[in-house]
Amino acid sequence: MENNEALLNAQGMVLAGQAIGAGLAMIAGIGPGIGEGYAVGKTIETIGRQPECKGSVTPTMFIGCAVAETTGIYGLFVAIILLFANPFLKFLGT
Amino acid sequence: MNIDVSGPKKMLTWLSAEGEELFSISESVVTGWVVVLILSIVCYILGRNLEMVPTTKRQCAAEFIVKTVNNMIESNMNKDCVKAYAPFIAALFSYILLGSLISLTGLRSVTADISVTGSLALMVFVMITYTKLKYQGLKNYLLSFVNPLNLISEVANPVAMALRLFGNVSAGMIIGIILYAALGSASGAVYGLLGFGAEEYYFNIFQIGLPAVLSIYFDLFSGVIQSYVFIMLTMAYIYMGRE
Repeated sequence: MENNEALLNAQGMVLAGQAIGAGLAMIAGIGPGIGEGYAVGKTIETIGRQPECKGSVTPTMFIGCAVAETTGIYGLFVAIILLFANPFLKFLGT
Repeated sequence: MNIDVSGPKKMLTWLSAEGEELFSISESVVTGWVVVLILSIVCYILGRNLEMVPTTKRQCAAEFIVKTVNNMIESNMNKDCVKAYAPFIAALFSYILLGSLISLTGLRSVTADISVTGSLALMVFVMITYTKLKYQGLKNYLLSFVNPLNLISEVANPVAMALRLFGNVSAGMIIGIILYAALGSASGAVYGLLGFGAEEYYFNIFQIGLPAVLSIYFDLFSGVIQSYVFIMLTMAYIYMGRE
């Protein structure tokens, strides 16, 4: 009975750690946010200066944004695994 | 409020005589068959009875699609590459696009599965390596790994491509599921406040409308942009391999 209670406490600790870890992993979203905002801002500046280059600049911007997004996606990936796959529960040995 | 986020389900399972699982076919593979079937039917309809001078709308649409892909490859690579890579690029683009957009019909997106995006990225990786071996020769290809950092970047490219596509599409799916659960519990709470009791018997009124607006971004916009980005990066990497 006591053992069971200890196990439940340990599971709670692991779940809480996973939730905190998922939140911390999403801090990775800051970098791509700033980077993409900078890229889009520069693109709009360029289009404002030379409206005729819009057709060639906009696809390049989307490519750049998608590449810059990758690091944020890695963080999201870690957060999704922590939240829904519960990778650390198996170390409790149940 | 129950949130059920899981990977693709097993649709078919083969068991051995002892009842052990030999292998199984996942939901993504079955949805992939649907996508391939739709693409084949569209290709058959668009591609039959072609004439020298187009007279039907069907042939004009087919020529428009082919011309768009050819122009894209010509502007991103060069004119010699059109014949060699246009079928590969167009097939990749149409499969990823339809595989992402099929979530609009209620099926699970094909590209919300890491094994599908991983195998697509692996195909691109094989294509890049083949191009490098063909145009640079084996000696130059091996000499490029004198700097071991190149080995990392060689492996990181397909991994990044696979994770980018998977992350974007599956994040949209998960956000949709979470939003549905949250709106359902919110409308249940409103019914509870109004004193109807037993909230699960009522229609979840808040689930109308708002998920559709979010779906325009996460399913339509994100799917189209990510498939476009995937083929653009494919073209860029292959073109880099030719030099």
